[in-house]
Amino acid sequence: MVPLWWYILLAVVLFVIGAAGVLLRRNILIVLMSLELLLNSVNINFIAFGRQYGDFRGQIFAIFVIAITAAEVAVALGILVALVRNKSTLKVDDVTMMKG
Amino acid sequence: MDQGFFLLFATVSVIAALMVVVARNPVHSALALMACFLQISAIFVLLGAPLLAVIQIFVYVGAIMVLFLFVIMMIDVREAVLQRFLPGGNLPALVLLVLLGIEMLALVLRSHRFSVTGPVVMRGGDEIRQLSTTLFADYLLPFEVASVILLAALIGAIVLARKESG
Repeated sequence: MVPLWWYILLAVVLFVIGAAGVLLRRNILIVLMSLELLLNSVNINFIAFGRQYGDFRGQIFAIFVIAITAAEVAVALGILVALVRNKSTLKVDDVTMMKG
Repeated sequence: MDQGFFLLFATVSVIAALMVVVARNPVHSALALMACFLQISAIFVLLGAPLLAVIQIFVYVGAIMVLFLFVIMMIDVREAVLQRFLPGGNLPALVLLVLLGIEMLALVLRSHRFSVTGPVVMRGGDEIRQLSTTLFADYLLPFEVASVILLAALIGAIVLARKESG
């Protein structure tokens, strides 16, 4: 039987890697992919704790996270396509249209 | 046996996640992310959640990654390929990340609460039936809200990605 803290350790490592991708990369596509990585590490935590305490709510919240992630990716890629059509850039630092 | 499988899946998923962040070409990044998601779904199977593993493969590997690959191929990535990734470029973010990682590792490793008891056994066999009963009875309203959000995202994505017609 795999102990619980192994799963939490894996989720921590994946979370830090995803945060590194969000903070350090300047490519919008890779920032979005790293966001997926963050949400997946959270899902691992949900399901691991759900199994540990014999509760289904962990799995249910993981399902909700997956559904909302699908919505988020659809909207983000739509915005990305519109952005590339208008400004033809993929760098995060160049997108300052909404800066006050 | 379980622990060996877990170590294998965890190692491969961490390596794939590192490749997502480090790779210069977004296509390589997307393929590494796909491998990482497959390993994570295997970890879900180890955790006793086969339904979640199937949903993970269908939604992430089947839908989201295909969407990513379509968008990567649709837009021009040549300038993004040329851009080099240097990890020391953003020093405050790097320091923040190191602090975050050390803090989380210390919290997990120094706490004894995670290793005291074994897992509680689920109530009886038919787990997916109980899971769906809980989902559709106790969590019906959040489920419907999630479906409305998905519909709104669908319409929003179509409107955003459409060509301007004037």
